[in-house]
Amino acid sequence: MDNTILRTEALHAYYVLDVYGKQKILKAVNEVDLAIQENEIYGIAGESGCGKTTLLKALAAAVEPPLRVMSGRVTYRIAGEEVDVATLTPEEKRKLRLEYIAYVPQGSMSVFNPVARIKDTYRDFIESHISAGSKAEAFELAKEHIVELGLPIKILDAYPHQLSGGMRQRVTIALATLLKPRIIIGDEPTTALDVVVQRGVVQLLKDVQSRLKNTIVLVTHDMGVHANIADRIGIMYAGKIVEEAPTEKIFGAPAHPYTQYLINSLPKFGDKTPRESVPGAPPSLANLPGGCPFHPRCPHAKEICKQEMPGFTQVKANHRVACWLVGEGQHGQAA
Amino acid sequence: MDKLLEVENLTKTFTLGSVLSRVKITAVDNVSFFIKPAEIFALAGESGCGKTTTARIIMGFEHATAGAIIHSGKKEARNEKVWFTEGIQAIFQDPFSTFNPLRQVERYFFETIQNYKLAKTRQAAIDRIDAKLRLVGLSYEDLAGKYPSEFSGGQLQRISIARALLTDPQLIIADEPVSMVDASLRMSIVNLFKKLRDELGVSVLYITHDLATAYYVCDRIAIMFRGDIVEMGTVEQVLMAPKHPYTQLLRASIPEADTARRWKEEIRLSDTEQDEYLRQGCRFAGRCPRVMDICRTTPPPDFEVEGAQVACHLYADTRLG
Repeated sequence: MDNTILRTEALHAYYVLDVYGKQKILKAVNEVDLAIQENEIYGIAGESGCGKTTLLKALAAAVEPPLRVMSGRVTYRIAGEEVDVATLTPEEKRKLRLEYIAYVPQGSMSVFNPVARIKDTYRDFIESHISAGSKAEAFELAKEHIVELGLPIKILDAYPHQLSGGMRQRVTIALATLLKPRIIIGDEPTTALDVVVQRGVVQLLKDVQSRLKNTIVLVTHDMGVHANIADRIGIMYAGKIVEEAPTEKIFGAPAHPYTQYLINSLPKFGDKTPRESVPGAPPSLANLPGGCPFHPRCPHAKEICKQEMPGFTQVKANHRVACWLVGEGQHGQAA
Repeated sequence: MDKLLEVENLTKTFTLGSVLSRVKITAVDNVSFFIKPAEIFALAGESGCGKTTTARIIMGFEHATAGAIIHSGKKEARNEKVWFTEGIQAIFQDPFSTFNPLRQVERYFFETIQNYKLAKTRQAAIDRIDAKLRLVGLSYEDLAGKYPSEFSGGQLQRISIARALLTDPQLIIADEPVSMVDASLRMSIVNLFKKLRDELGVSVLYITHDLATAYYVCDRIAIMFRGDIVEMGTVEQVLMAPKHPYTQLLRASIPEADTARRWKEEIRLSDTEQDEYLRQGCRFAGRCPRVMDICRTTPPPDFEVEGAQVACHLYADTRLG
């Protein structure tokens, strides 16, 4: 049985820039195959500049110049049918947002109009998505929704600057989930927050997900958050997913050298053994090295790593890795 | 005991609001701690706890409302700017805004050399710069003629550290030095602090919200909450066996990279920071799971509990002498 709700096939999304008359191409998403299942929390981890935010834009059908989808496709499964996002009209895309797919960004200050009260922002959202007859009803719904999520009702009368960062982020999540979307996309939703507040926000996301039985795609560079919330994790490096596995496997038995470095460099309480960073620095997306993009930093690089990008090897069921050191590197499809 | 830098009863109040609705916020409230030579000391807490304000006062960017900074036993140290800043150097959070993008990175090095008259000839200056850069794994050649945009965040942060080392300081104040650096490069910066401590005897005041790296690199730690130090001791004492309910909450809220230790129970969040600053007794009383009547009226004094200093009424029987 196929439970895939969100799928990408050989997706390439590049930024095509014009720098003083010369074309410059940033390969931000470079051949990504994902098959995100219904009712799972899928984590995407990677460093800044690895293309994870661009991937989210493509998933949310928010591709705007200079970003372009060069090849491959993104499909949603809506009411049992696979729909290619590229075939949707702008009006259809607008309708899908919030009702089918919602987006929670990092900086929640820019979500709200700074001179409008929270309830006015709510009203705007509701009016643009619900037909005129049920507006008062919808506003009641918004109030109920806020209480349900454990937020104080008085925030509706507040201006955005009067709320703390954590409260603002929780209100953003409340707003994003008001119309019960099937997919929530979170781009570093907890990154700018303090740890205690971060825990509260993660708690809220988990609550929402278990109540709506929907899907969350969560991007963050914080491996601790992934360990806490994600069911499966994809590790992204230089525009590619290099490893994908259930969370326990990523932390317990990482197979790609990059993932191994990433996991082993995390400091742990009660363990002061020296930890090493990944040597070198991440490559520029405008000037990727040939072969496997990690080879200049990889201590185990072989000759073939410099020549050719490895395909996926299925290490175990649900665990695939793109590395020449592991298996023969046949091109596998998304699990 | 040898003390390199001592902070004594430091207090800083800010006034918020307009003329008619003025509120006084005590950002740093009677804070005292000291740093020993060749020690990495962490000042940790969430945003708005006063850790950065404390550091800014030590560096001289803010004036304290009350209290003193004592450097190498000299109380008036702050007024002797050159001597003071030669001994205490700083690096900052965002490596991209530390450096002017239109200025070659080496200019900063030559400027510091000039300010402190550290070399007589250009060659002597370059030798000194090169020696410091080699400590952080770079060299003068890597830097010469380049602009900040030609380096990664991790490299710029190491360049900042090399710049701070030019004056042979005894103490480096590092305000969130790794929070803007990529996860895969973070440990290279943190390991550098260890190396400076162990090989050069430099102390570091490590200001952070990241308790996991603090545990990894620091010797002692002070946890701040809404302007107060609530708990202070070695990292083993404070982070492995936290005593103050706030430290316990903080410690339990850190997402650990361990799938076996996911969060289970729910927590309460504060709605606004201001209420907590203005609270009469213990500022954590509104959220504390073990709150007592006395907590709402009287600010807790410091108690000594198993070698650590804890400001909490729960430990009233073990009063500090």
